[in-house]
Amino acid sequence: MKVEQISVFLENKPGSLEHATRILKEANINIRTLTVAETADFGILRLIVNDVEKANKVLKEKGFRVNKTIVVAVEVPDRPGGLHSIMEALSQESINVEYLYAFVEKSGENAVIIFRFDNPEKAIEVLQKNKFTVIPGAKLYDF
Amino acid sequence: MIYNEEFETLPREAIRALQVKRLQGVLQRVYHTVGYYKKAFDAAGIKPDDFQAMADMHRLPFTNRKDLRENYPFGLFAVPMSSIVRLHASSGTSGVSTVFGYTRHDIDIWSELMARSLAAAGLTKNDIVHNAYGYGLFTGGLGLHYGAEKIGASVIPMSGGNTKRQIMILQDFGPTAICSTPSYALHLAEEGKAQGVDMKSLKLRVGIFGAEPWSKAICAEIEQAFSITALNIFGLSEVMGPGIAMECLEGRNGMHVFEDHFIVETINPATGEILPEGEEGELVFTTLTKEAFPLIRYRSGDISRLITEPCRCGRSHIRMERVVKRSDDMLIIRGINVFPSQVEAILVAIEGLEPHYQLIVDKAGALDSVELQVEVSEKIFSESGGVKDLQNIERRIVKDMKDYLGISPRVKLVEPNTLQRQAGAFKKVIDKRKF
Repeated sequence: MKVEQISVFLENKPGSLEHATRILKEANINIRTLTVAETADFGILRLIVNDVEKANKVLKEKGFRVNKTIVVAVEVPDRPGGLHSIMEALSQESINVEYLYAFVEKSGENAVIIFRFDNPEKAIEVLQKNKFTVIPGAKLYDF
Repeated sequence: MIYNEEFETLPREAIRALQVKRLQGVLQRVYHTVGYYKKAFDAAGIKPDDFQAMADMHRLPFTNRKDLRENYPFGLFAVPMSSIVRLHASSGTSGVSTVFGYTRHDIDIWSELMARSLAAAGLTKNDIVHNAYGYGLFTGGLGLHYGAEKIGASVIPMSGGNTKRQIMILQDFGPTAICSTPSYALHLAEEGKAQGVDMKSLKLRVGIFGAEPWSKAICAEIEQAFSITALNIFGLSEVMGPGIAMECLEGRNGMHVFEDHFIVETINPATGEILPEGEEGELVFTTLTKEAFPLIRYRSGDISRLITEPCRCGRSHIRMERVVKRSDDMLIIRGINVFPSQVEAILVAIEGLEPHYQLIVDKAGALDSVELQVEVSEKIFSESGGVKDLQNIERRIVKDMKDYLGISPRVKLVEPNTLQRQAGAFKKVIDKRKF
């Protein structure tokens, strides 16, 4: 049920994100969704891609610092209160969210929220117990 | 004014004779009390008795900073700890730091040499001395302090930092002399000006500056900013501290080395060969009166030139020109001596970090600024990889640099392969400052 996310260390300087996206383009890797966490000096680019292993390999080969992180993808109807219903369930079980980002599915009906939890196993258990749709990695990569 | 007329104006021949006699005593003592020197002398095939004249100097082995580090902390002390009344130390972690001990007699001599230095700047018991050299393990603060007390001046033990308070005290206490690093003096001038204080109308008459390289242009800038005479003082903590050599008010050309207590030589740093006096080379110091931590032919790494012409002040002691160059990779940042190897030791001590770094030293206003760029290692990123983890590593580096070296760099994590390389190796230091 878990999803692998690629994280890439980037310096805050012009061209650094472009360098990373060019490598992915040249390797014919499709980005499902992404987010950048930034500080004054550096950023971490977080990506969900169609081919995790290949993205990891080509970025490393080009000298980037890359790691893989386990995240959880949850599908919710794209309407007011969609995200809140998940947060309510998590909050009741005291599940801590490190960060999250989201995208809307092609159909436009559902949104997918990508969560990073301290304890993904426990979070998945809570989410499934509350009847949320947790999307497995394999399915998400091929979206 | 000459503090010790008898010794500071000794004829050259008498100085030479005194140096030989004193060094003979030192050689006997270090050979028989310090294991390191016995080994070094034996390896060089020289016995203390073989030293008969200054012409024999070249036969004595050099002492290097490496030897000091290898004998950390007390291995080179020539007296038992019970005779030591003070310890000072350089910055750095164990293995890259050095420790200096002083007997009561050593402190007395040091105080006298600082008293001579202050007298050479025209100071007397009627002066109030604002001492902004750092107090603590660094020799600057206490060295100056004891000398100023010795001449009976009123000392304000300011130490470094707290710039606003320093400016207040400069106005309220009316010191007539100031001692600090030249860059801190300029910083004070800038801050004072920014606060609307007329720094030229303070009672300051003279400043004694040292502990870092500074040019004649900076000297003129300081003199202009405070409307004072700015004099240069030279010291090395290894050899004693400040007060090894001092510029006199009358000569204003080079610093007199107190030759009744030190022998100074200039050598070719590449070959170790002694250069004729007057040629530029690395300064080498031998102590003649120190009890606790005598040094034989200590290679300072400072590049300078000796001035043999007589000085109009009447002192017979040889002079050395201001030091603005080094023969090694030592940096002086805000008066603190820092070696790239010390930075490296701090980085490798942090789990997962690799010593792939670059120190970029520049000026931010009058003061030195340091940026430490460190490449993110594979290990650190693959094991943590979160923003918080990386920020914790940045904070840890800043803290260790401050704790061990006394400098506060801006730490910046960078991508691999972005640091400038030279012939395949990292360029560890980029010094943009001009001296």
